[in-house]
Amino acid sequence: MTSLIDRRMGIFLAGLFILTVAVPVGNLGLEDRLVPSYVVSLLGKYLCYALLAVALDLVWGYCGILSLGHGAFFALGGYAMGMHLMREIGDRGVYANPDLPDFMVFLNYDALPWYWLGFDMFWFACIMVLLAPGILAFVFGWFAFRSRVTGVYLSIITQAMTYALMLAFFRNEMGFGGNNGLTDFKDVLGFDLQSDATRAGLFVLSALALAAGLLIAKAITNSKLGKVLIAVRDAESRTRFIGYRVEHYKLFVFTVSAMMAGVAGALYTPQVGIINPGEFSPANSIEIVIWVALGGRGTLVGAALGAILVAAAQTLLTGWFPELWIFALGALFIFVTIFMPQGVLGVIEGTFRRRPPTRDLTAAREARP
Amino acid sequence: MTRQSLWLAALLMTCLGTLAAAQSPQTAPATDAEGPTAAAPGFEGLVRALPDGNFDEVEALVSAIAETGDERATGVLEALASGDLHRLKSNEAVVIVREIGGDDHAFDALSGESYGEIPRRGSSAIRVNNSLRRVVAAAVGTLTLRHPDPARRLEAAQAAFRAPDAAQTDALSAALDAETDPDVRTALAEAVAVATLTAGTAPVPTQLDAIATIAARGDGVALSVLTPLTGSDAPEIASAASEAVDRIERVRQMWSAAQNVWFGLSLGSVLLLAAIGLAITFGVMGVINMAHGELVMLGAYTTFFVQEIIRNAAPALFDWSLLIAAPLAFLVAGAMGVAIERGCVRFLYGRPLETLLATWGVSLILQQTVRSIFGPNNREVGNPSWMSGAFEIGQMTITYNRLWILVFALAVFAILLFVMKRTPVGLQMRAVTQNRAMAANMGIRTGWVDAMTFGLGAGIAGLAGVALSQIDNVSPNLGQSYIVDSFMVVVFGGAGNIWGTLAGAFSIGIANKFLEPWSGAVLAKILVLVFIILFIQKRPRGLFAVRGRAVDG
Repeated sequence: MTSLIDRRMGIFLAGLFILTVAVPVGNLGLEDRLVPSYVVSLLGKYLCYALLAVALDLVWGYCGILSLGHGAFFALGGYAMGMHLMREIGDRGVYANPDLPDFMVFLNYDALPWYWLGFDMFWFACIMVLLAPGILAFVFGWFAFRSRVTGVYLSIITQAMTYALMLAFFRNEMGFGGNNGLTDFKDVLGFDLQSDATRAGLFVLSALALAAGLLIAKAITNSKLGKVLIAVRDAESRTRFIGYRVEHYKLFVFTVSAMMAGVAGALYTPQVGIINPGEFSPANSIEIVIWVALGGRGTLVGAALGAILVAAAQTLLTGWFPELWIFALGALFIFVTIFMPQGVLGVIEGTFRRRPPTRDLTAAREARP
Repeated sequence: MTRQSLWLAALLMTCLGTLAAAQSPQTAPATDAEGPTAAAPGFEGLVRALPDGNFDEVEALVSAIAETGDERATGVLEALASGDLHRLKSNEAVVIVREIGGDDHAFDALSGESYGEIPRRGSSAIRVNNSLRRVVAAAVGTLTLRHPDPARRLEAAQAAFRAPDAAQTDALSAALDAETDPDVRTALAEAVAVATLTAGTAPVPTQLDAIATIAARGDGVALSVLTPLTGSDAPEIASAASEAVDRIERVRQMWSAAQNVWFGLSLGSVLLLAAIGLAITFGVMGVINMAHGELVMLGAYTTFFVQEIIRNAAPALFDWSLLIAAPLAFLVAGAMGVAIERGCVRFLYGRPLETLLATWGVSLILQQTVRSIFGPNNREVGNPSWMSGAFEIGQMTITYNRLWILVFALAVFAILLFVMKRTPVGLQMRAVTQNRAMAANMGIRTGWVDAMTFGLGAGIAGLAGVALSQIDNVSPNLGQSYIVDSFMVVVFGGAGNIWGTLAGAFSIGIANKFLEPWSGAVLAKILVLVFIILFIQKRPRGLFAVRGRAVDG
């Protein structure tokens, strides 16, 4: 049993702590604004991505479940928070309707749909941020793991899940704002979302959530349960034959991971100011996987690092050469999977861990049905 | 009156007479229709009376003129409707005024005799209003029923059907008795029936016969005629009508089901084309090729490119453009497939999840490359003439492009099946699939077979692109819209089984189209996705699973 905060985790958390202190101070505390406000929100967004990557690494890196639908959990959390923020607008919307958000007035709704009830209360929204992705993951996982849908098949149906949700959320009849999603947020708990102090606050919250997510994931993987997860990843059938209820372990970690992704989404929405069905697109979910792969699968810290690296590269490259970004991203996918299976962290640390048996090239070639 | 002008008039009569009423309302009375017949008594008198009546009287006169059946009647009535029937102030004669070379010339309405050029104020037009025009149109319609050309008669009968007028019943019946052409007879019988039913005054048995005649049509028009009758006061008529309506509804439901099946087959054929290449790479090789959709897109852009060249260089070949594009698309996409396999997939065999990521990277690059070269907008790909248009079977409409795509999909399927089962390459592919090590020991170059298999799958994706370019927008995003669907087809049908892909594609297509009417297109798609997700739980290896003895699939 290794300690919760090993060297790798310690360095990352220390860096995160310095960032958490330095950025708000640089933004608010100094006269000449060392850190511009938009950078604060941008960094906050990266931290949300990092938390999302940690969530995916928990299931993919430690349990071998390659979910191509984690964007859906992220977006559901974002929508749950977005719904609260919509209700917070109250009668300050364009149509000044105290109960109905603007898009509902526009679409001739008479009353709030039942599933919008309760979202005027912040605590309720916070619970839903966990429950909505959690329940979806639980139900989906319960079906999938019980009937032993594994590997590529699981990846494909998780992709189908997020695709179906995207189509559903694009429909105006769903009552989630259709194509435009939820936007024009004013404030949260009375704090103006445009003000620098609120932005800095959200940034700090994101950093705390990331740290908490990392520690929870680390605690899970360090525990005895975590060992079983790794066993499932490397030899699922063998683990089952030994007597472990593989599907229970998978279901647990899948649900926890989905909730983590939901929290990331909930923090993402107020910082970006919009949540729309595009977040459900299968392409987004695949991008999360490359963050994890780049940083280093099964390292948690690496996943967070990978997310931040890719997101920062995207911001910079799309600013400098808009055409080039997609090429760079595509090349990244190919390069990382072929030449850097250990990820950046693996390369940096120079520690070449033995590959798990199922991923051994020649062995797998022989074993293929 | 000079001899010359008489001759001119006679010439005009013969020339224009042949064109008769069909061409323009300003033609002269037909004189060559079925040889000269004796003018019905009173026709001339009726025509002479036209200028004196008020609108109501003229309407009565028009009906009377039509009933005479005189062959000059059409010309006179059409001239009346267009305001060219005048009365000469000089001799009170009723004339048809026609403009010849910018001047008005008058021709006697009865004899066709020319009065030559007339001054602007030398005649007064017989006034018409809209109600009168309608009466005239109906009357002309009746008259056309006796036209020598069956096509014209059919047209007239159908016109009478569409605008039923109780007053025409007798004229229609008379025409029906005289009619010999079977098609026209049917149309006339239906027109008579509608006129009878509209009047509602005929004895009940006649009306019942009429209902039966209409019901035999069995289409929406029959339904709209019969539905009001279900509320008729006479119980026999009401019950006969509602029975007929029920029957028609049943038949129509059957046809609409058939139409749905057709739409489903059509969607299925598209899915089959998009998925079948994937079935090879995923099913046979166990490789997830996320760039498959982009290979389809490459095929579509190849078609666009070929068409552009043909448009500029040899427009005559345009109808052949797809036949030229198909092998090219196969080669382009196939070559790209081999490149992907050699350049990246082969390092990742046995690691399907990593393959998925790497090929996703390839797909991003391909997409962006095409976007950079051809621009982000939709590109126009034309339909060759043999793919445009539609035909009808019963109450079903079938468009040629959809039909050809279905044929094409099945042909591709058959060829693929042949390649897999009957050629040495196919044999080697199956051998490598079943036992790679043993195949290698037997001297099969597995690396080469891998590349060929991947190339074959990719080439078929290119062929799919040729077909899809005919019905979808050719844009860099073309492939993205099919990737999830095609994976669903392969997973549903059972990976590793080409027949499963066929069954999967058509069942998903048909299910989709049957759900659409009551749920809407998007919801139907969502429902199908949810169904497949649930189905996979029940049969994790698809509809037709390949049974194996391995523990970890």
